Amino acid sequence: MQLADLSAHELAELIRKKDVSAVEATEAALERVRAVDGEPGRLDGPRDEVEKVHAFITVSEEQARAQAKAVDARLAKGEVPGPLAGVPYTVKDIFAVKDVLSTAASRILSNFVAPYTATPVERMNAAGAVMLGKVNLDEFTYGSSNESSAYQPASRNPWNPAHVPGGSSGGSAAAVAAGEGALSLGTDTAGSIRQPAAFCGVVGMKPTYGRVSRYGLIAFGSSLDCPGPVARTVRDAAMMLNVIAGPDAHDSTAAATPVPDYTAALEEGVKGMRIGLSPDYDKITFFNHETGEMDSQPLPKEIADAVLRAADKLSDAGARIVEGVPMPHTRYGIPAYFVISRVEAASNLHRFDGVKYGHRTAFKPKDLRDLYRKTRAEGFGPQPKLRILMGMYVSAAQYSEQYYHRALQVRSLIRGDFDAAFDANGTHKLDALLTATTPTPAFPVGDIYGDSVLMQYADQLTVPANHAGVPAISLPAGLSSERLPLGVQLIGPDFSEATLLRAARAFEAATAGEAWRAERPAVLVNI
Amino acid sequence: MPDQISPDLFNHLVELAALELTAEEAEYLRDQLNKQLKSIEELAAIPIPEGTPPAAHGVPFPPDVRAPLRKDAAALAPEAGDIKTRAPQTSEGYFVVPGIPHEELD
Repeated sequence: MQLADLSAHELAELIRKKDVSAVEATEAALERVRAVDGEPGRLDGPRDEVEKVHAFITVSEEQARAQAKAVDARLAKGEVPGPLAGVPYTVKDIFAVKDVLSTAASRILSNFVAPYTATPVERMNAAGAVMLGKVNLDEFTYGSSNESSAYQPASRNPWNPAHVPGGSSGGSAAAVAAGEGALSLGTDTAGSIRQPAAFCGVVGMKPTYGRVSRYGLIAFGSSLDCPGPVARTVRDAAMMLNVIAGPDAHDSTAAATPVPDYTAALEEGVKGMRIGLSPDYDKITFFNHETGEMDSQPLPKEIADAVLRAADKLSDAGARIVEGVPMPHTRYGIPAYFVISRVEAASNLHRFDGVKYGHRTAFKPKDLRDLYRKTRAEGFGPQPKLRILMGMYVSAAQYSEQYYHRALQVRSLIRGDFDAAFDANGTHKLDALLTATTPTPAFPVGDIYGDSVLMQYADQLTVPANHAGVPAISLPAGLSSERLPLGVQLIGPDFSEATLLRAARAFEAATAGEAWRAERPAVLVNI
Repeated sequence: MPDQISPDLFNHLVELAALELTAEEAEYLRDQLNKQLKSIEELAAIPIPEGTPPAAHGVPFPPDVRAPLRKDAAALAPEAGDIKTRAPQTSEGYFVVPGIPHEELD
């Protein structure tokens, strides 16, 4: 076991006891980056690399060393360090970080050095964590594979670099899986933390909407976006959530609800908890271009089996498994998301115009309108352009009743499914719902990219929690026949993160001795 | 079924979106847009009980969850100068842009 493979919890412990210095921990992580990451993504870079992880857009080595030295200096003076003192972490390049390139993986922000730091990053740094750099994502988070990034080569899956890491927080999940930092700060709008976490075999949590401030997050779907932790262990995710959660004067949607210590009850087990299974999460429904009809298929057997195995483990640990929980509006999550997220994306992307910051066309424009058009044509890749066009169409006055208003009502219906399942006076009285995280394991690079409809359906099992705003966590739950990770998800009621983390820890503990837990991502085999 | 987004309607959207597309890009994007719209057709068929409210977001924000409003106080932003250094072109503290399309009045 190398230093780079230790959990945040173990590392913080060693650093606090001065068995390891923050500088040593940082150097070990940077050494791992050099060993496995290959060249960072860059504009017009090659798209066909399939050997290295390529998680990074920017490695901020010097700042990381300075942060680590500052932590060691504080320790030497006998000061009480923060809970994550000396722990190396990465930040999805959708957060503004002062004096660091903040690109959103888009050409339109390729020269943008942020003038301020996002609240969750500020809080990680204040807790003593050491930022190694910014990691890749789908352009403006628009995708489920990282392939839409303007910075290529984009992140690959450490378990098999010919496969995608998922997305949009693909760089975050890939980096954590490969030991390039113990933690990463991601965001989840339709599954963008949980889906890549499942694909890369790590823990990823989307907290309740509003639990973590969005200040400094480059906005996509403002009513859905949630920053959250990516980690290798449940305890690490809990420690990170402790640090980043809480109200923020800069974000009026950041909830004032008190933040409990998410690590306090981690080991208390699931005895007495009611955990549900729903037949509506056993299948995927998708649009078939050939027939023009909606098709429904059961989940692949190895994924369905992983969920059932997890249910057995939780049952053995004392949970009551409640089968047959109806979640009838699950299948409408993607159609409603296609509308709501595009309207919000189109609105949010209007600020990128070549006037106040970011890319401006080198052509001499005729007038201001021409400046906007040329700048945006050059700066945005195909996915942002597509989202803007779709958002403009479905929110146009004559269509918005049919699309946007209806999609917002569907969101109420999806929320209603969760309210009924978690109702303490209802039929099922669930503490959590257990589902698969994704309908497939990580797919090969190039398999789906370009088909925006099929790509969106990768989020079918994760997006309902975003519509409802409720918290959810994805956990590693085994390996496929192709040695690719499989993930399961626990979804709970508003602000029930402590309960979800406790159930997640119980599952982690119950499977600690299983053979797949000892397996390592392919890129680490000869390290 | 004919495409919902005709080339003319598509060009109108491109204009509204302040974009400019190559022929190849336009063909790909129009095709994808039509596929997305077909895939969400079922939205129209979802039975929605009368009185279902539209949800601006999933989590309710009652007063105990909502952060209280801060005091409405004016303050100078010392970083204003730094922020303006990010602009492609400025002059004497102003952002510089090419001519704004307008019509001369008589």
